[in-house]
Amino acid sequence: MTALNTIFILVLAFLAVFVEASFGTFRRFLGVQVDLLPGLMVYASLSSGTATVTLLAVLGGLWFDSLSANRLGVSIMPLFLIGFVVQQFRHLILRDQKYAQLVLGFSASGFAPLLTLLILFSCGAEPMIGWGFAWQWFVMTVVGGLMVPLYFRLFGKVYRTLGYERIVETSFREDREIERGKK
Amino acid sequence: MKRRHYIAFAVVIVLTIIVLKLPPRAATQFKLAISSFFLPLLGLASSSEKIAAKAGNAVVPRKDLLKDNEQLHRENAELKIQLQQHDEFKRENERLRAMLGFQKRIPWNIRPAHVIARDPANWWRNVRIDRGKRDGLRADLPVLTADGLVGRVSEVSETHSRVVLLGDPSCPVSAMILDAKNEKVDGGVIRSGASVLNESMVELNFLRNPDAVKPGQVVVTSDLGGTYPAGIRIGEIVDVRPVDFGLVHIARVKLAAKMNLLDDVWVMMP
Repeated sequence: MTALNTIFILVLAFLAVFVEASFGTFRRFLGVQVDLLPGLMVYASLSSGTATVTLLAVLGGLWFDSLSANRLGVSIMPLFLIGFVVQQFRHLILRDQKYAQLVLGFSASGFAPLLTLLILFSCGAEPMIGWGFAWQWFVMTVVGGLMVPLYFRLFGKVYRTLGYERIVETSFREDREIERGKK
Repeated sequence: MKRRHYIAFAVVIVLTIIVLKLPPRAATQFKLAISSFFLPLLGLASSSEKIAAKAGNAVVPRKDLLKDNEQLHRENAELKIQLQQHDEFKRENERLRAMLGFQKRIPWNIRPAHVIARDPANWWRNVRIDRGKRDGLRADLPVLTADGLVGRVSEVSETHSRVVLLGDPSCPVSAMILDAKNEKVDGGVIRSGASVLNESMVELNFLRNPDAVKPGQVVVTSDLGGTYPAGIRIGEIVDVRPVDFGLVHIARVKLAAKMNLLDDVWVMMP
């Protein structure tokens, strides 16, 4: 199931980048394109191992940069740092709680574009930034954060459909049954 | 477990540095190779869009179609008359240019292309089109719509290309402002967008004669710089404002092309 989990996460990352590049409904109405990868990274770091997180950061970052005018490789580090930090504190996080998922999603979705821009500026690029970016950042943070519980639900459904059914053990034992009344 | 984390961290840092330090040419090739993985999906999305549009066309009432048809006939007749007049102007222009010894103008050779993707990052203005090297495209060719200039081709692969749009910092355009009599009022350079959120507004810098620049005047390309031929419509002046304590003036230009609704574009071939 671990390999399958990694494959599902990578396939979803690929589709997320494709959706971001080809569907512009959000951009048309809100002037913003939402980044779906930081939220996915939160899910991956809470549910999978280091290998999955590393693969998602490297492949997701390269896929995103290949369709963007970003310098190739700038999106890898922000994604990986999200996964790395979440995995470090994974044992302290109540991953099944919606509140925890949302807080992590908001933080990751807000952090990723800022760090990407910092790396871009330090590489000498001149991305378009102005006061309007505050609005873009807000929308990216909110929508990206809201995506995390949806990822949990989506993957939960997929695993319930494809995985083995859980055996529910009963505490009833025939040999220890207390029979009431006289025989 | 912790050790594995730190090994992964080191691997990612090394990998990122290697990729970021790739020579520009190799990075571009690598980028185009990776982006080609998306081509089947982008093609599928494009086809399904066309099918949806066709399905939508099937339910348009006959009355509306007839009305559109009649209007198009009328426009076509008007354009034919205008074309006759322009043919005459063209002949006259060629004759006069020959008399003055000017170089002969080359007619525009345009090729249609379809926009298949947009830049997923918010801080760039780029689109991807379904034409590449095999269609004769190369870097720096102007891209336009029937309304006006859109940008220029920046990266070309075998089957698709990246077009950098007007307003992106990497797409400067030398422009001139024309008055109602089509006479040049002033000139400048479009360097960046006027707002991050509004894709249809750009800033025209380096105005030399800002007092003569008025809202509503037409902005077209000038042939300075060599990338764009003179006379491609860019947009209209919205306003002029002083910046840097009045030392320089910047004009805001509303682009003629609908940048947020780009679907079909034309590439101006050499």
